[in-house]
Amino acid sequence: MGAAPVAIRTEELAKRYGKITALAGLTMSIPAGDVFGFLGPNGAGKTTAVKLLLGLARPSGGEGWVLGAPLSDRAAHQAARRAVGYLPELFRYQNWLSAREVLRAHCELIGLDRAVWDAEVKDALAIVGLAERADDRVGGYSKGMQQRLGLGVALLGRPALVLLDEPTSALDPVGRHDVREVIRALKDRGTTVFLNSHLLTEVEQVCDRVAIVDKGRVIQVGTLDELLTTHAVRVRAAGLDGAGLAAVRAFGEIQNEGEWTVVRGIATERVPDLVRAIVEAGGRVYAVEPRHESLEDRFLSLLEKPHA
Amino acid sequence: MIARLVLREAARRRLLLALLVLTLIVIALTGWGFSRIPTITQRGVPLPDLQVKLLASQFLIVTMFMFSFVLAMAAVFIASPQISGDVESGTALAILSRPIGRAEFVVGKWIGLAALVAIYAGVAAAIELGVVNAVVGYVPPEPAQFIAYIIAEGLVIMTFALLLSTRLSGMVGGVIALVLFGIGWIGGIVGGIGAAFDNAGITHVGTATKLILPTDGLWRGAVYALEPQALVATGVQAGPAAAANPFYASAAAPLSFELYVVGWVALVLALAVYSFNAREP
Repeated sequence: MGAAPVAIRTEELAKRYGKITALAGLTMSIPAGDVFGFLGPNGAGKTTAVKLLLGLARPSGGEGWVLGAPLSDRAAHQAARRAVGYLPELFRYQNWLSAREVLRAHCELIGLDRAVWDAEVKDALAIVGLAERADDRVGGYSKGMQQRLGLGVALLGRPALVLLDEPTSALDPVGRHDVREVIRALKDRGTTVFLNSHLLTEVEQVCDRVAIVDKGRVIQVGTLDELLTTHAVRVRAAGLDGAGLAAVRAFGEIQNEGEWTVVRGIATERVPDLVRAIVEAGGRVYAVEPRHESLEDRFLSLLEKPHA
Repeated sequence: MIARLVLREAARRRLLLALLVLTLIVIALTGWGFSRIPTITQRGVPLPDLQVKLLASQFLIVTMFMFSFVLAMAAVFIASPQISGDVESGTALAILSRPIGRAEFVVGKWIGLAALVAIYAGVAAAIELGVVNAVVGYVPPEPAQFIAYIIAEGLVIMTFALLLSTRLSGMVGGVIALVLFGIGWIGGIVGGIGAAFDNAGITHVGTATKLILPTDGLWRGAVYALEPQALVATGVQAGPAAAANPFYASAAAPLSFELYVVGWVALVLALAVYSFNAREP
């Protein structure tokens, strides 16, 4: 482990189900206190990674550490889970209990001192906005309310690490906003948050660092700034033939967007050179503007690229 | 914790209540049936007391046989979706991500189910025996032993259904457990027939089924506890052929069999833990 405390670390963590590789070899390190976004399309291995980290599934290869406890040491890992909160993608709670009873049951499962249960439950209910329906049976809850309850369950006992697997899948825009607020509050408290999502805007708004996974591999990891620094400009030019395009290609990766040509990976000081090259190649330049890349663009461009 | 959740679920879903209400209705009906026995007359003369009690003992054995079947079905229906249901619904994800081991989870389920089986079987059988005593004044020779055997029978089939539940869906596990229960019962009869005809091969089949799923052996122990001495004496006179009669036992279950059952339950429970350990919810 490095000098700074690390909440999660994995080394070539892999999971295969027969011939299907769910996770091909995940290597990453998440510093304590980070809000970490784990982004990827459906089937990329995000939920598998979370299940491995929680000991719900056994790795087929590699190793991982959660709050310092290795996955291979089941007793140590079990003890470490005291400080871990988890909202599963498939969130289901005993529908014959009330929300308050579900939360109390989880207080007991965590091993919290009975004296703090009431306060913990009350806090959790208030944070996720279920205080008024706390004594209703979960069976009568909407999906969104059940997901809010799940988030409340994950927050019990002031965990050091919270893993949220698609935490807003059943929520309306207000609910999504609330979840973002909860995540920010967790960050202020110093809690590490591992956020599994395919919703880029969600990740973009709350995460310090992001890993983009596809086909069971991390294809890029870094801070949002690092991921999004790749500069790009859009150029509207006419008369670009094959030779002209070749000249443009020398400045970066190009992509056609109707009348516009996007040039990726070009440093700002080279933009005038690009314009001159187009003109010299016989092109007529009508407009050049910086292209603000969103995480979504970056995500799509990374997924399009064949990666090893 | 897990055990208490099982009990709370049974209470909340009014499962225990429904079972007890239905059972009370059946007990009331059989109580009425028992109350008719002393009114039977032979050529205008009521049956002598001894015969009334003998008849009552026979009816009680048949009634309790039905009860043991209902108990087995109820135990299977409650136990077989216990773990598979949690895994399929996703409830298990939230629980198992807590600092709780798989063994704790499975054993907790078992303790909760065992308490349910014991409460239901104990209360229902005790009431039935009480009603029979009140109506015809008949008390079987070993009522406490009978209740213990019938509870043990419920525990055995429940443990087996719980083992299946670690791997199979509730419906599949439930059907398999019930079919095996039936085979065990038939196996007991087959073994009896083997004994009657002095056929070692057939007897071994009976013994093997009794060891694989010891429910029928426990049922025989329960029957023996219900039999008045006079009846046992008649059975002994009838020779080994009587062993094929599922409503009859010529001897108490040996201590070795009782110990075997304890070991069997422990082993199957350990298998359930082992099996669930390797399962990924």
